[in-house]
Amino acid sequence: MNQGIDLQGSFIKALGDMGLPAGAAKAMWLPMPMTLILVSATVSIFVTVWLERKISAAAQQRIGPEYAGPLGSLQAVADGLKLIFKEDIIPAKADPWLFTLGPAIVVVPVFLSFLIVPFGQNLVITDIGVGIFLWIALSSIAPIGLLMAGYSSNNKYSLLGGLRAAAQSISYEIPLALAVLAVVMMSNSLSTIDIVQQQSGYGILGWNVWRQPVGFVIFWVAALAECERLPFDLPEAEEELVAGYQTEYTGMKFGLFFVGSYVNLVLSALIVSILYLGGWSFPIPIEWMAGWLGVSETAPWLQVVAASLGILMTLLKAYLLVFLAILLRWTVPRVRIDQLLDLGWKFLLPVSLVNLLLTAALKLTFPMAFGG
Amino acid sequence: MTLAEGVQLVSFGLLVAMMLGSALGVVLLENIVYSAFLLGGVFISMAGLYILLNAAFVAAAQVLIYVGAVNVLILFGIMLVNKRQAFPQVKLAWIGRAATAAVCAGLFALLTTTVLSTGWAISSDAPAGDSATILIGEHFFSDYLLPFELASVLLLMALVGAIILARREYLPDEVPGEPMLPEALKLAERPRELVSAGQSSSPNPSDED
Repeated sequence: MNQGIDLQGSFIKALGDMGLPAGAAKAMWLPMPMTLILVSATVSIFVTVWLERKISAAAQQRIGPEYAGPLGSLQAVADGLKLIFKEDIIPAKADPWLFTLGPAIVVVPVFLSFLIVPFGQNLVITDIGVGIFLWIALSSIAPIGLLMAGYSSNNKYSLLGGLRAAAQSISYEIPLALAVLAVVMMSNSLSTIDIVQQQSGYGILGWNVWRQPVGFVIFWVAALAECERLPFDLPEAEEELVAGYQTEYTGMKFGLFFVGSYVNLVLSALIVSILYLGGWSFPIPIEWMAGWLGVSETAPWLQVVAASLGILMTLLKAYLLVFLAILLRWTVPRVRIDQLLDLGWKFLLPVSLVNLLLTAALKLTFPMAFGG
Repeated sequence: MTLAEGVQLVSFGLLVAMMLGSALGVVLLENIVYSAFLLGGVFISMAGLYILLNAAFVAAAQVLIYVGAVNVLILFGIMLVNKRQAFPQVKLAWIGRAATAAVCAGLFALLTTTVLSTGWAISSDAPAGDSATILIGEHFFSDYLLPFELASVLLLMALVGAIILARREYLPDEVPGEPMLPEALKLAERPRELVSAGQSSSPNPSDED
């Protein structure tokens, strides 16, 4: 049962052997995974921005960024540096406190949500029992920041954009939560680790996407709407609202909205891969392959290979979904606000309710296949 | 004191300071938008206190419902009804104020007696931790079934009411003899023809294509 590597245990043990008390060793361990996750989330922005530029260029038969770094991969870093050094303007009639707080409130919950994203059996910051529910709760804080930004800018386009963003994210949170609920019902747990464990028995055949195809589509559409990606980028629809709630922002405060939206996209892709695509598990279970090769499951090198493969698989699945999102953005036109709300309330909500009921019925009828 | 106890103590102090500070801000600040945002701060720090009490599910539910739904709804209300107009002087306003003061004093007295009469001994039972989710669910469907269902009926009523208000197909009858309501008490709405009335007497048929 206790498979995978216990990095924390071995780190504390190593420091303990060097003569440090256990409490001090633990205190030295605590910031390390958090920093690691913060850094990798930040790096993921650069990767995603680069992907977005290259893929959009390919979609429009351009070359895209070319000169900054190999294949233009440092272009996002250059843009970020430029944003840091831009002048930070607060409009004269704006509310300076709320204007400054708004972007922070949008970004912080997104980074906090990485708390529950597992990259392996023990490769997660905390395995809390309410894992996925915590993510839903945290993502409901963002509308407050958007409203704050929209209101404090003292600009009608900003206010309209903020109100639209909040309305959109509230309406799509309900189908999102209902789709998650169907998965939770099958895995009998809210913990992300348990959700992946429950899919891991039969390789690619055991992934939730086969048992929850409707839930998968609902979740993906709702997650795109939560991230305000095209076709659902109504809050910043350029032709109607200038740039929505971001209109008055400059410099790094504008950059924070940008960071928030890209990290949120990566986070949503990670959550989709955890909920529906088996998380860190390989399409063929590692235990089977070890059995065919005649290697003991507890061999240390196999554990290291399995852990690295797990991280690789999680990232691969997530970035496949990011690729899909970018491709969607550059091929699909924007919907109107009434179409957006119609889709959310009149289509996704009933369909996700029916999906939930069907899952419950299937769980009662076939407890073997649907996690009795 | 171990590391965990120290962290708990410091975060308890921070959360309490944050909660009291933002609660005072909600009551004392003039600007209603600031009050609404600070209310979110109060709810968040309460969620933090729940986490310190090992009640992660309640904390997440607190954030989801109070911050994500109730507070956003309050903000929506403020921002959509942001009419800057002076309220007309109401006669006998002191009755309302006296009633408010009486209710507040009564609430304060009630809470004080509750605080004083409760035994605050810390329970020696092991905290439920992660299995609290299951326990809450079991309570909802056994001994707390009636309040749970009543709450859902209340929500359903609110939903139906919201739909009726938003559709505006139902217009209240205005009796011609009675005086009109003062401007401040009326819903700000554009008078609209009923569907049946619009069909019979369409002034310009060419508009309909």
